[in-house]
Amino acid sequence: MLEAYVPVLLFVMVAIGFAVVALVFASLVRPERYNKVKLEPYECGIETTGDARDRYSIRYYIVAMLFVIFDVETVFMFPWAVIMNRLLLFGLIEMIVFLFILIVGYAYAWKQGALEWA
Amino acid sequence: MIDLIVLPLIKIVFVLTGVLITVMYLVLLERKVQAWVQARLGPMRVGPHGVLQPIADVVKLFVKEDVTPARAEKWVFTAAPIIVLVPALIAFAVIPFGPEVNLFGRPVPLYITDLNVGLLYIVSVAAIGVYGIILGGWASNSKYPLLGSLRSSAQLISYELAVTLTFVSVILAAGSLSMVEIVEAQRNNGIWFAFVQPVALFIYFVGALAETNRNPFDLPEAESELVAGFHTEYSGMRFALFFLAEYTNMIVVSAVATTLFFGGWLRPFPNVEWLSFLGLVPPWIWFTLKTFALLYLFLWIRATLPRYRYDQLMQLGWKWLIPLAIANIIVTAAVKVVLGS
Repeated sequence: MLEAYVPVLLFVMVAIGFAVVALVFASLVRPERYNKVKLEPYECGIETTGDARDRYSIRYYIVAMLFVIFDVETVFMFPWAVIMNRLLLFGLIEMIVFLFILIVGYAYAWKQGALEWA
Repeated sequence: MIDLIVLPLIKIVFVLTGVLITVMYLVLLERKVQAWVQARLGPMRVGPHGVLQPIADVVKLFVKEDVTPARAEKWVFTAAPIIVLVPALIAFAVIPFGPEVNLFGRPVPLYITDLNVGLLYIVSVAAIGVYGIILGGWASNSKYPLLGSLRSSAQLISYELAVTLTFVSVILAAGSLSMVEIVEAQRNNGIWFAFVQPVALFIYFVGALAETNRNPFDLPEAESELVAGFHTEYSGMRFALFFLAEYTNMIVVSAVATTLFFGGWLRPFPNVEWLSFLGLVPPWIWFTLKTFALLYLFLWIRATLPRYRYDQLMQLGWKWLIPLAIANIIVTAAVKVVLGS
């Protein structure tokens, strides 16, 4: 059972190894002539003002929260979909009840303007 | 021991090499297709018709100076491209390139592994890449990358929902999460799921364009407003890893679409007898052809469509694709109940 995951583990190691080797190799062959201006963050070519540890729109948090809620609900549907062959009508009704609760939350988020961006 | 470690390792090296070469030439193909659409020639100088251009590009990326901005978080800045690239590559672990074949008198399946939760594996692995993008943008400690990474991650997670929901309807049609069994289900049904689930295919494709930051949803890299998005501060090899990850993701979503909707390695019309001469072409060639047809579609769309506005993008994802995908699931389940009883 778990043997099927051994190749995945191998692949992770090979992929990380590939990335690290590429970075190390590049660091051996590339030139390094830095100066103060080159190391400044890019800002349209004029002198940099302040840094990027600043406030940003709350909407990104709302989207992230909605994502977590809906994504978990979606993953709940995976096992249901696999055995739908056997559940048939019972499964359909159960899932409609489940989706109904999900859709109420979705409609609430929509009405509250969480899905608006402007 | 040989079956557990050596054989998978050989396959991994094959797949990794294949993916890298495909990415190199996909970039050339993209430049060529863009050029032809605009009545230009594209790269012509390096080798005949520019066929050696990818090699020149790789050499250039290796010998470029790699700048870490003075105020960046050094380790996170370096780790971010690796966190983006590794999930993109390991998604290939469950992609079935072909059925079992006999090589040197030993049955060898043409996939690295067949997880019984293959599709769930793809979903979860694809979700890791977002961390790399947001860490990279934040660690740069520069304004454009921060804005670009926030936008990018909001876009990725929004469309990930729609894409994951389409998977549910495919699972309903196939009755399995294993990629190999989904392909076999299409053989048994005698029809590709593209025809059983056209709505799911449409949503998946739109979602895939957004997930790979391709036109018309390439807002994370909207050059005219965000310079280069989350990788503005990246250069040299670390930029190359981001770049590689982006194109690898394109190949992954095309390969997944091929497996789920276009019958994977199966020849067209797998059950029609008089077309059996199509079976002379090896299955993995069919798989490659289908994947490349989809990749070409990506390039074609890039050359054709203008870019979306950000609020339109979020509206399309949340207000259209998600309800449509949920409705598609209910209809699919209802049809299944009617057919099953």
